[in-house]
Amino acid sequence: MYEFSLSTPTNLADAVAQQQDSGGKYLAGGQTLVPTLKLRLADPGHLISLRRIAELRTVSEADGFLTLGAGLTHHEVARSVLVQHRLPFLARMAGAIGDPAVRNRGTLGGSVANNDPSADYPAALLALGARVVTNRRELPADEFFQGLFATAITEDGDESELVTAIRLPCLRRAAYAKFKHPASGFALIGVAVVQGDEDQVRVAVTGSGFGVARLREFEAALSQRFAAESLASLSLSPDEFASDSATSADYRAALAKAMTADAVRQIIQGFF
Amino acid sequence: MTVIRLTINQKPIDLDPPGNRLLIETLRDELHLTGTHSGCDTSQCGACLVLIDGQSVKSCSVFTGELDGAAITTIEGLAAIDNFGEGDSPLGRIQTAFQQYHGLQCGFCTSGMVISASELLATTPHPTEAEIRHWLEGNICRCTGYQNIIAAIMAAATGSGTGEGGESHV
Ligand SMILES: Cc1cc2nc3c(=O)[nH]c(=O)nc-3n(C[C@H](O)[C@H](O)[C@H](O)COP(=O)(O)OP(=O)(O)OC[C@H]3O[C@@H](n4cnc5c(N)ncnc54)[C@H](O)[C@@H]3O)c2cc1C
Ligand code: FES
Ligand code: FES
Repeated sequence: MYEFSLSTPTNLADAVAQQQDSGGKYLAGGQTLVPTLKLRLADPGHLISLRRIAELRTVSEADGFLTLGAGLTHHEVARSVLVQHRLPFLARMAGAIGDPAVRNRGTLGGSVANNDPSADYPAALLALGARVVTNRRELPADEFFQGLFATAITEDGDESELVTAIRLPCLRRAAYAKFKHPASGFALIGVAVVQGDEDQVRVAVTGSGFGVARLREFEAALSQRFAAESLASLSLSPDEFASDSATSADYRAALAKAMTADAVRQIIQGFF
Repeated sequence: MTVIRLTINQKPIDLDPPGNRLLIETLRDELHLTGTHSGCDTSQCGACLVLIDGQSVKSCSVFTGELDGAAITTIEGLAAIDNFGEGDSPLGRIQTAFQQYHGLQCGFCTSGMVISASELLATTPHPTEAEIRHWLEGNICRCTGYQNIIAAIMAAATGSGTGEGGESHV
C-alpha cells in the first residue's frame, strides 16, 4: 500500500471538511476499498473513516418510508427489527451478503456508492424506487446508478459528496432471488421484483456485467398479469449481458429470467 | 499520527500506528501474537479473523487506526472468554472440541475457524449443522473437508466436547 494518513471524525460536517482539506477518500467498511489499496489501484493520501459518525447509523420510519443511514453494516440492516417488519426481503438479502465478517464491517452506503456490477443492494434499491440521499441532494435510484461502478457522484466528480442515507418505500410485495457465484458469493445474477401501488411492477437485475438495470419488458408483462407464466413467451437479449470467465452471456440472460420467475413465485406464495 | 488505546486480550495498550497499518500487522509483527494467520491477504479466506467488540472481523481488512477504544480478542485470548475448557487447560471449549474431534490438520485455518465459531455460539448457542455450514462460508480450509470442523462445533455447542476421552472422528 502507498502511505496515507487516517482520521476518524465523529460528525458529518467534519468528515466533509476533512475530505475537502485533504483531497482524500472516504473509508466505510473497507471490504472493497482495502483490497483496492493493497493492489495500489488508489493512492488517496488520506482516508476519512465514517464509522464513528453516529448520524450515519440510524434507522427511522415516516410516511411509509424507511430511512436507513449509510453507515449501517449489512449485519445491522439484517438484524434491524424495523427492516425485518417493513421490508423483510431486504433484511434477508443483507443477511446473505458475503460472509459474517464481511457483514460485520461492510456498509449500505459503501455498497451503494461503489455500485459494483454484481452487488446486491443496487438491484433492491432500483426495483423499490428508493431514493439516495447525499450531503448535497436526494436522487431516485434510477438517476443515481449509472453503470459499471458509476454513480451520480462519480459522474459529477465532487469527491466530497457523501451518501448519507437511503429512503425506501415500504412495499411489502417484494422479493430478491440470487444465483450466487459458488466461489465469490457475489451474484452471478440477482433479480429484485417489487409489486407497487396499482400493481405496477419493477424488476431490476444485478450481475449482468454492465451495471444494475431494469428489465422493462418483464415489468410490462408482470404489471399486466402478475404470474411467472407471464414471462414464458419472453426472452432477454444476450447483448444486454456479458460473457466472462464465470459464464456466458446466454446463460446469464437465461438465469435472469429464471431468477425473475423465482422472485415472482416468492411474492405470490407470500414468502416476502 | 494519533495515539489510540486498544484492549487486546483484556490488556490495555496504547499505539501510534501509521494510517496504512493493518490490524493483522499490528498483531503479528508488533505484538508477536502470531496465532492469527495471514492466508490470502485479500479478504477471502478467513484465516485472519479476530473478534472486535465481539464481532468477527478480517484483520487483514481493517486499519489499526480505526479502532480507538475497541476490545480485540485473538485466538491467544479466546480461552479466557470461552472458558468451558477442562480445569486449568489453556484451551477454551471450542479449541478443546477441535482437538477431540480432529477438527484440524495443518492448522492454518484453525484460529479463524475457532474465532468464527465462538461468535456463532455466542449468538446461536445450539446451531443446526446447516446453520454452522452457512456461518462458515467465509472460512476456507484446504485440509479437513470441513466434516470434523462441523462435528467439533456441534460438540462444543452441546458440551459433549468437554468430557473425558470424548468420541473422536465422525
Ligand atoms: C469476501 C467478500 C464477499 C462479498 N460478497 C458480497 C455479496 O455477496 N454481495 C454484495 O453486494 N457485496 C459483497 N461484497 C462487498 C461488500 O458488500 C462491501 O462491503 C461493499 O461493496 C462496500 O462497502 P464498504 O462499506 O466495505 O465500503 P468501502 O470498501 O469502505 O468503500 C467502497 C467505496 O465507496 C466509497 N464510500 C464508502 N462509503 C461511502 C459513502 N457513504 N458515500 C460516498 N462514498 C462512500 C469509498 O470511498 C470507496 O471508494 C463482498 C466483499 C467481500 C470482501
Ligand atoms: S488473510 Fe484475511 S481473509 Fe485471508
Ligand atoms: S486444517 Fe489445513 S487449512 Fe484447515
